[in-house]
Amino acid sequence: MVNMTGSQIVLESLQREGVDTIFGYPGGVVLPLYDTLPEFPGIRHVLVRHEQAAAHMADGYARASGRMGVCLGTSGPGATNLVTGICTSFMDSTPVFALTGNVARTLLGRDGFQEADITGITQPITKHNYLVMRAENLAMTIREATHIATTGRPGPVLVDVPKDVFQEEAPFEWPSEINLRGYKPTVEGHAGMIRRAAKLINEAERPIIIAGHGVIWGDAGNELVELAEKANIPVVTTFLGISSFPESHELSYGWLGMHGMYYANMAADTADLVIGVGMRFDDRAMGRFSDFNPNAKIIHIDIDPAEIGKNFQTAVPIVGHAKNVLPRLAAEVDAAEHPPWIRWIDKMREDHPSLDIRESRRMLPQYVMRTLYEETGGDATIATGVGQHQMWAGQFYNYKRPRQLISSGGLGTMGFELPAAIGAQVALPGQEVWAICGDGGFQMTMQEMAVLVEEQLPVKIAIFNNGFLGMIRQWQQLFYDKNFSSAAITQPDFCKIADAYGIRALRVEHKNEVALAIKEARAHKGPILVDFQIDQEENVWPMVPAGAALSETIEAPAEEMAR
Amino acid sequence: MSRENGVHVNNGPRHHTVVAIVEDRPGVLMRVASLFRRRGFNIDSLTVGPTESEGLSRITMLVDGESAPIEQVEKQLYKLIDVVKVSNLSQEDMLARELALIKVRANNLNRHEILEIAQVFRADVVDVATNSLILQVTGDEDKIDGLVKMCEPYGIRELSRTGRIAMVRGAKSTTVHEAEPAAIARIHSTQGRRIEGRELPFSSD
Repeated sequence: MVNMTGSQIVLESLQREGVDTIFGYPGGVVLPLYDTLPEFPGIRHVLVRHEQAAAHMADGYARASGRMGVCLGTSGPGATNLVTGICTSFMDSTPVFALTGNVARTLLGRDGFQEADITGITQPITKHNYLVMRAENLAMTIREATHIATTGRPGPVLVDVPKDVFQEEAPFEWPSEINLRGYKPTVEGHAGMIRRAAKLINEAERPIIIAGHGVIWGDAGNELVELAEKANIPVVTTFLGISSFPESHELSYGWLGMHGMYYANMAADTADLVIGVGMRFDDRAMGRFSDFNPNAKIIHIDIDPAEIGKNFQTAVPIVGHAKNVLPRLAAEVDAAEHPPWIRWIDKMREDHPSLDIRESRRMLPQYVMRTLYEETGGDATIATGVGQHQMWAGQFYNYKRPRQLISSGGLGTMGFELPAAIGAQVALPGQEVWAICGDGGFQMTMQEMAVLVEEQLPVKIAIFNNGFLGMIRQWQQLFYDKNFSSAAITQPDFCKIADAYGIRALRVEHKNEVALAIKEARAHKGPILVDFQIDQEENVWPMVPAGAALSETIEAPAEEMAR
Repeated sequence: MSRENGVHVNNGPRHHTVVAIVEDRPGVLMRVASLFRRRGFNIDSLTVGPTESEGLSRITMLVDGESAPIEQVEKQLYKLIDVVKVSNLSQEDMLARELALIKVRANNLNRHEILEIAQVFRADVVDVATNSLILQVTGDEDKIDGLVKMCEPYGIRELSRTGRIAMVRGAKSTTVHEAEPAAIARIHSTQGRRIEGRELPFSSD
């Protein structure tokens, strides 16, 4: 057995867990780790400009690749800056490993310089966290933490290491097994429940599948297609479930929820059987709980037992991994057609298309997004911020394959887009990655453009620039009597900012330049920023007002469509 | 089948005795307490102590079932990595006890009366001074409430109660048996898959 320093053990252990990239920022107490980093050329360190972005990059890396993302911050402010990113990943169940340094053991609890109780702070927003007090425990802790982050329902973990533990020497032994008696995810799915679910599906006249993020993380896209096709069940997704089911499939009916498609909301509200797969019946997806389709029975398939029965009573609960459960369910259901039901939804889609873009000389954001889809052939990975542009990115880009849309759905973190796109680009070298930004959120993390230059990452930045915090403006227009309080936002000249970082930039002011600008951006080898000066007052439709039921979905009012 | 969306309906008892067997590690109590705070579950009492197995602690909680569906409380507790086993003893034939120390004002005139009351409640006198005495009583909450009430007219100087501990009657136990490390390792090496045929506490039913 060889002796190693704590720093060496940390990096060796991470490397053995398959980690090839760390997004981090140095500081006093993690200097021993940074001192050791050059000894591990297999681990690429991406120097961020703010730790929040490090956590988002690790998250984007994880969402794009399916592998665990790693971020690193120093004690105190370095650690607390990670918090927003960790919470973003917690709400969306993505495997992120946050490594933080802390003050030396003798100083813990004495409020020393840059001390923060980061394990206490992150306790409710991590799947689990650790404070490691001895170097000899580091290897086992990192193994356990990785295992916890990546199995069952994925989630962020945090490992906090005091400075002198990084420096302490200990014999390095890679643990051959883990014994976590309090952590044993149920993945198989109960055979009796699967049989009961199949019976309900066979009896149903109007079944619908709601597919969530869990289908993507469970790598169960093909299994879902198989089940849907066998029993001819229409599929809608949640917002985070977008790309879990190919949107070109004839059984795909878009996504439901606050800004979901009208026909998807109506279908979910009219079904007699709702099959939720890898989703958590969240309020943004289901509308007012008490008035969600009272006639539907619910089958809920999820790996996290605590999600089942949390918001809705379930007729058949199935705790398990979607990849295991779906094929067994497909084997038990009868082939079926449901022609009247399918016709009903098709008619609903014909009458309420939701995704038609009206003819207009204005540069409509929907048109920009649709053009981006057409120009990229639907192949690009899209990372978004939060707000109107996020919804348009969900609506007007058709996603072909899982992991193509990267967005903060649960926490709704503005500023997520650029760092998440950077993380995705690191995970997907050579592939096309677009950061779709709002002009508000972009200003929260635009300093990370420096990383694009430093790491030579060809991320394409598209700013949907309407001079407003658009979703705020929309809500104030609709629900706050047009009292536009703090909705207009002054921006810098984004092109000049990009230029200052050494990034090429284009400004698009007219509709007829949109396609050309996208072509030019795609042809450019390096990173590029495109500032789309979109129509200022366009709203996102359809909409379920906050606190309303899915059946109360509002479509675009005629006067807005005439603009 | 009827559903109640977004609201929980509890038909069981109002107060549930929930026992969590947890890893004896720093911060575990904080994780449990923080979970209750964050999810808005109310606890009436909470007691922690060692178990028969080394490295495991037993937390006994009296949970207000009206503040949350008890099933959610159990499932959320299970999500904590350090929680090894959760049991709701209220569904079982259970034995519940609490210990209280009551310091009562006493003088030469009424000491005898107090001692008689103590005898009725089978409380022990564990300390006697010229103007006070300490009674030690064990039993369920009702019994202790009864004794406290009887002592009140004399004046209670100090009261200390432990909160409920509980155990299922008969041979059945809420103990955690040490699992075979090799088998567990096999589970984890295959991405957390559980062993065929072995029921886990929340395998769908």
